[in-house]
Formats: sequence, C-alpha cells, structure tokens
Amino acid sequence: MKDFEAVIGLEVHVQLATHSKIFAVSSTKSGAEPNTFTDPVTLALPGCLPVLNKRVLDFAIKLGLATNCKIMRESILARKHYHYPDLPKGYQISQYDKPICLAGHVNVRVGGDVKRIGLTRIHLEEDAGKSVHLDAAPISLVDLNRAGVPLVEIVSEPDIRNAEEAGAYMRQLRQIVRYLDICDGNMEEGSLRCDANVSVRKIGATEFGTKVEIKNLNSFRYVEKAIDYEIERQIGVITSGGTIVQETRLWDDVSGETRSMRSKEYADDYRYFPDPDLLPLIVDDDWIDNVRKTLPELPEQAYRRFTNTYKLDPYIVELLTEEKLVSSYFDQAVSLHNNPTSIANWITTELFGRLNKEGTNLTECPVSPENLAQLVKLIDDGTISGKIAKTVFDEMFETGGSPAHIVETKGLRQVSDSGLIREAINAVITANPEQVQSYKSGKTKVFGFFVGQVMKDTQGKVNPTLLNELLKKTLDS
Amino acid sequence: MNELIKLSVLEMRDGLLTGNFSSVDLAKAHLEEIKATNSTYNSFLTVTEELALSQAAAADVKLSLQKSNSPILTGIPVAIKDQLVTEGVKTTCASKILKGFIPPYNCTAVKKLLDDGAVIVGKTNQDEFAMGSSSENSAFGVVRNPWDIESVPGGSSSGSAVAVAAGQAPLSLGTDTGGSIRQPASFTGIVGVKPTYGRVSRYGAVAFASSLDQIGPFGRCVEDAALCLRAIAGKDKRDSTSMEVPVHDYLHEIKKFDGHLKGLRIGLPKEYFIPGMDKEVEDSIRQSLKTYEKLGAEIVEISLPHTEYAIAVYYIVACAEASSNLARYDGVRYGYRYPEAQTLSEMYEKSRSLGFGAEVKRRIILGTYVLSAGYYDAYYKKAQQVRTLVINDFKAAFVNNCDVIATPVSPTTAFKIGEKTADPLQMYLGDVFTVPCSLAGLPGVSIPCGLDSKNLPIGLQLIGKPFSENALLKVAYSFGKETKFDTSKVIGRRF
Repeated sequence: MKDFEAVIGLEVHVQLATHSKIFAVSSTKSGAEPNTFTDPVTLALPGCLPVLNKRVLDFAIKLGLATNCKIMRESILARKHYHYPDLPKGYQISQYDKPICLAGHVNVRVGGDVKRIGLTRIHLEEDAGKSVHLDAAPISLVDLNRAGVPLVEIVSEPDIRNAEEAGAYMRQLRQIVRYLDICDGNMEEGSLRCDANVSVRKIGATEFGTKVEIKNLNSFRYVEKAIDYEIERQIGVITSGGTIVQETRLWDDVSGETRSMRSKEYADDYRYFPDPDLLPLIVDDDWIDNVRKTLPELPEQAYRRFTNTYKLDPYIVELLTEEKLVSSYFDQAVSLHNNPTSIANWITTELFGRLNKEGTNLTECPVSPENLAQLVKLIDDGTISGKIAKTVFDEMFETGGSPAHIVETKGLRQVSDSGLIREAINAVITANPEQVQSYKSGKTKVFGFFVGQVMKDTQGKVNPTLLNELLKKTLDS
Repeated sequence: MNELIKLSVLEMRDGLLTGNFSSVDLAKAHLEEIKATNSTYNSFLTVTEELALSQAAAADVKLSLQKSNSPILTGIPVAIKDQLVTEGVKTTCASKILKGFIPPYNCTAVKKLLDDGAVIVGKTNQDEFAMGSSSENSAFGVVRNPWDIESVPGGSSSGSAVAVAAGQAPLSLGTDTGGSIRQPASFTGIVGVKPTYGRVSRYGAVAFASSLDQIGPFGRCVEDAALCLRAIAGKDKRDSTSMEVPVHDYLHEIKKFDGHLKGLRIGLPKEYFIPGMDKEVEDSIRQSLKTYEKLGAEIVEISLPHTEYAIAVYYIVACAEASSNLARYDGVRYGYRYPEAQTLSEMYEKSRSLGFGAEVKRRIILGTYVLSAGYYDAYYKKAQQVRTLVINDFKAAFVNNCDVIATPVSPTTAFKIGEKTADPLQMYLGDVFTVPCSLAGLPGVSIPCGLDSKNLPIGLQLIGKPFSENALLKVAYSFGKETKFDTSKVIGRRF
C-alpha cells in the first residue's frame, strides 16, 4: 500500500440556477408533473432552433473568474451525438475544443495545509431528461422537464491524491457556487454531480496508471468512500499481478463497492462538430469587467479576512464562512457592535443550535443580525447577564422582537444596585442560619447555595460579579 | 379554368381593392384548379380547403375595413412547402417518418404571411427532407412538370414551383439548401429567390443542413416574388443565425428601374461554362447577357477558381449537418415508430430504417462517416476549409470585378422522370451551378430566360453580394421588362 499513490481528477457538473432553460423558454424548476416544463425546442420538434440564454454565459464567466480561469474571448457550442430516449435531439449541445473557460485553479484546505488544485476547463452544456424504467411493465418512461437545464462542467487536473482532498475540493466548489449564487449546491437533488477519474501508480513513477471513471457519486460522503474503495481495489489488483481495465464503474452505496457498468451498446464516438444553429460566443473585455463587478467576496477571501482581522479560531471561521449568508450575517452584526468573538460564539452555538433544532436555516431566521448585535451589546455594557441573555435570546427567536424591548417589558434588566443586592443577601442569610453556620465552620462550598438562592429570589437579574463580591464580604464579616 | 388564376399578385391586389372579386373568389378559383390538376401534378400533399376559405373570408373583412391600408398580401393565396411547419396542419417533409405529424406551432415565415392576411391553400410535395433535385425522393410520389408531365419539375421544392407555374397558387414558399428553389424555378419557368443566409428566419423550417438552409419565395414574375420576400424577411429572435439587416420595400425599389443599367458590371464566371453542359442552355444564357448589354450593363469575365470543389464540399457539409439534424427522428416523441420492437436499439433501427427513404439514409450514412473519429479532419474539417476558399472566390470577384454574377441555374433543362435515379452522383452534379452560391451564403435569383427546342424553360441565375436582394431583384426585374416570359402557356393546362 505504502508504495502506491493515487492520481485523481474530478469532473463536476453544476446545475445553474437560471429561471429558464439554456436554449428554451421553459422553466428549470424541479418537482413538476412530468413533461410540463417543455416547449417545442425542449421537445426537439422539427424546425425548432436553440437560442442561448445569456444568463448562462454570465454565470459561467462568474464561475471562471472565481476559480482563476482564463475566460475565452471566443468559444464554440458543439453537438455531441448519441441516441437515448431522454436526449430529444439525438445530440447534446455542449462545448468541445473551444470551451468558455480554461486553465484555472482553486485552493483547498486539507488538514491545516492549503493545496492548489488545477482546473483544466469549464464548459457549458445542456442537461438531458430523465428516463424511468418500470420494473413491472416492458416500457420505459421519459420526463423532459430537466432536458435543457443549463449545466457547467468543471474538469480538474489530475492533482488530487486522496479521498480527503477530493472531498475538500468538492466542498470548496460547492461553497464557491453558492457564494456566487449560481447554483443551490444540492448534491442529493443532483444540482451538483461528480464523476471521479481514479488511477494508481508506484510512488516516483512519472507515467499515469490506467484510469477508471466512477459515476453516481451524489454526496460528499460517496465521493470519499468510493475513491477510498477504488484506490484500495486498484492496488489490490496490481499487487496480486493483475492489470487495471479502463472502464466506467458505478458506486453502490449499499454494498460499499464500485462495480463495472455494462459496456455501452454503441461505440464511444460522439461526432462532435460546431453547432451551426448557434453563433460563436464572443465575449469582450467590457462584458467580463461587468461580470467581475458582480463578484462577491469569495469564501477563501472571507476565510482570510476573518482569521486575520478578527483573530478568530480556525474552526469558528470555517463555520462562519461556510455560506455567504452566514458570513454576511456575521459581518453585519460585527459592524453594529464590535465584539467579533462574542458574536461569533452566539452565532455558532446558540443561533445554529436553535436553527438546527427547528430544522430551519438562516434565510428564515427570526433573529436579525441587528438584534443579535444588540443582545451582545446589552451583555457587554452590563445591562443583562449572560444567563439572562439566553432567556432573552429564546424570546427573540420566538417573537422576532428586539432584545432591548424584551428586557424592558419583561423587567430583565440586571440589578447592579449594591443596596438592593445587600437586601436580597440579608434576606437569604436570615432565612438560612444552618447554612451560614456551616460556611463559617469552613464548609465554603455552601457559598454556591447562597448565590443560587439570591438568584432565585431575584429571577436571576442580579449582577453576578457584584453578588459574589458582596456575598463574600457579608459572609466573611 | 377560372381566369383569376392567371393574374399576377399585383393584379389580384387591384381586383380585391376595386371589388371586382373577393378573396374568397380567389381562394375558390385556386382550390378548384388544385382539385382539377393535382391528380396530374401531385404537387400538393395536403390541400387546406376549409382553412383557406375561412382565412379568405377573414381577409375579405380586413380588406373592406382597411382597404389599401391592409397589407399587400391580404387575401392572396399561397402554397407552403411541406418542409415548413404549420400549426394544426400536418407537416411531413414528404417522409414516412413524419407521417401524421401535426405541429403545434407555425414556422416564422408562414406566420408572417398569415399576419399579412395571406391565404394558405395547402402544403406542397417535395423531395424527402429537401434532399433531391427532382421530387423523385418524395415518399408520396413524384411531382410532374406542367411543361412536360413526363419530366421532373426539379427539386427539392418541386410542388411549390409547380403550384405557381401551373396556376394553383400565385405565390409559394420553398426552401433552398443547394439549389432547391432556384433549380425547380428554372425547370418550371418561374422566378425563385434564395435569399442571403440570415435574411429569412429558419425557425420552423425543418432542418436539413443548418448552415445552408434558407426559405424563399416563388412567383411568376419578379415583382410577385419581391413582395413575398419582403413579407417573410427580417431578424427573428428565435433564430440566432437570422440577421439584423434592414428589409427594403423591394417592389418599390425595383420599380425605380428606369430602363437603364448603366454602370452595372455583370460577372460571367468562366468556370460555369463546362463541357457536358447543354448547348441550348449555354446559348440562352449568352443571349440573355446581350439583353443586359443592351440595357447598358457591362459584361466582364471573372474567375471563381474553386468552383470545381464546390459539389464535394457541399455534399460533405450538407450530409454532416443532415446526419445530426435528422437524429431526432427516433420514434420516441412523434412520427413513425416501429410497433413490434423488443429492444430500444431495435426500435431505433427499425423506425429509422423503415421511416426514411433511400436518399435520406444515403446522406445520413455519408454524413455520419465524415464526422466520425479519424475521418473528421480529412473530410468535414477539410470541407469547411475549402468552403472558405469558395467564399473568398466570390468576395474577390465582388470586390474587384463585378456587382452581380450571372450563371446558368442548371446544366440542363428538366430531365425525364427516372432518367437519373439510378446514378445519384449524376444527380448531384446537376447542382453544380447553384451550390457555390449556397456555400457562400449569397442571395441567388433564378429567372426564366428562354425555352429549349423541347419547349422546356431555361433559367438564368443572378448572384449578388450578401444582403443585396434589393439590387439583385432590380437586375432580375429589368430582364423581365425587356423579355416578358410567357407562363400562360402552362397555367390551367389539362391532361
């Protein structure tokens, strides 16, 4: 095992979140009745012609810029031919020798290190429909709602060496497309799909081994498990004297194995040629500059900024920059009250905990960043205690109300008046002579009992530092 | 026979506006003529009588309300090649594979005619999927030439040409990929216009070869064809290859002709006078040029040196695109499906083998071959490179030597039915004069310029610069003014 290394390249399909299809007017929404989001172009009726949805090109350029690609000033849409019932035209419109983006890279954090993974290309293409094979009936059904939904395919260089890197790369891509707001990144629903090309070779070898393509990797976990399995399988084959066959294998999560797909019934000759129905895609500098202006801060930049400016713990930064929604939420809150550490803690513990519990997410969060900032401010200026703050937070989450308002109406303001605190202390001491006795005899553990009693009597509103101080003074006197 | 069918479109317009007859009268006259002669010519695959009469009635209302403000084609009958999809009217491309297919939408060109109030009398026969030069590739029988019913009318827009020549409709639409409007126009003695590539939207024209296909009109005179072209031309957002170029009022422009063509240089390419070409055709073309000289034009000999490669280039490019465009006829969503198939591949194989005719299959196989791995560079890529050379030939000629190019349309006049079917290559070579213009995407007009000794029409082709339809139609019109070609000989013939 130790003598081998794996060489892995990923092909990732990203479904672009445009309203209409790449070459037709139908909606791209999923979940509709079969064949309702179709039109003459999607159905490939005779005489129909594709017309490019310009948004698709904007999205692809955006992704290309975010992944350090060269945006090609001229690219070509080409026809890729094969027959299958869910491919209405008998060809898929894709890009072949002139894709929209070339030669980019992303930086991926793996176990504390940063690794650069090269991108060979990003190209545009249309999705096919969906075939449904019925077990009972001798027929198959075709749903063309998904046919013509825009995709980009991101092809990596064979720079990945193990499952962990592959998983980190996939997560990074997902994070980027979600930051760019060009894809919902939902792997289970197929918005992000991955095929892995895996080969192994003796460490030190310069030639690549024979590669195997693995399909059906529709979660991060599958990507990692399948690659681990496949690396081990290939090494096993080689060390036992066998040779690797170039083939396509399917990941089967039930058995935890990759298995060979039946070979296709037709030869693998796609007969690519430039689509004569579509003009070359000419993109000028102005166009690219305009797209560049719409680029948000990218996850890598946010990670660096949060680490350097706010000196936050890497694990916390990871959580805060996972999604743009979270990092913007954090930024907004910090801009209103400059206590990044505390705000970060509130977001990553209380807020996330509560959102998780309710099975919802930040888009539907009743607690606004303004209100969260205000809450932390109320703690910091001594208006409420940290303990009370949790009660206030719960109320904020239930009602969406502002913390100041909740504190006022519920009378939760912290009591810092020494006179009032002394009164409460004296009342507790008078009521509990035995405990006073045992404290005086050296069992200082009962100190906590007095704190609890005072808090109880004052509904927790007493300033805990002040209470400690005054209580100690009273008991020790 | 009703005399109305002999009128030009402008004469029909006059009659409609003066109230001498109605649009319904016109529709009835033409439908009657179709009924009387279609069994002879087989020019129509579908006659839309009911639809035509209701459209005509609507046109009459429009005429009575808007009078001369109504679009000029209001109430004028037109015939549509079956290659163009028509909403609610079956569209087969003369192929069994589309038997019974009823499109849910209209071709843009057809829609534009309907918006202008034109009356559609039916869908015309053709070579299957526009592949052929004689109509002998129609799955629904050969079309006969009204000048000689034993001869072919040319193709592939055979029925549309015959409909106009024989008075079944004053106007029709065809499609031209390598000569499919110009050659049948020539064989039937009428005017056919293949516009510049991009001038007319291809949306709804069933694709044969996407980089070459154009829709264009047939008429019995240049004025009629010009009217029709104006109606269908223009940028269409549904066709990315249609161009944003102003569309002129061609009729208005050509009427400015003042009897002189002074300053016009007409190029005569030496490569277009080849051995094996019909002597009578050559003589007729040269005679026509004398007419132009009389009008003050200068005739200059030019050279288009890559002409000899054009046929090979054309058949590679057109077949490659066809093999791709016709991949959608798989029996899955519409059209013919072999009913007994046990497996998916059997369904594909049998549906396509039985659905397509021999010539279509020949071209799909040829096109598949030239796009295949290992052959692409030698055939398709090379053909595209040579295509550029052909385009450059024309560019150079227009920059240096001439304004318009004149050539024969076809090396021969109409040939006998069955004469060339055994030898596809011979049939392909008949396209030698029309194909280069198509490869270059240039506008080409076919006008009748004489009759041969068998009393069959000869056609003169005029080729112009890109989007120069205006000037080109004027040159075509000037010839007709000088030598009025008599089509009345065949209109209303009975056999």
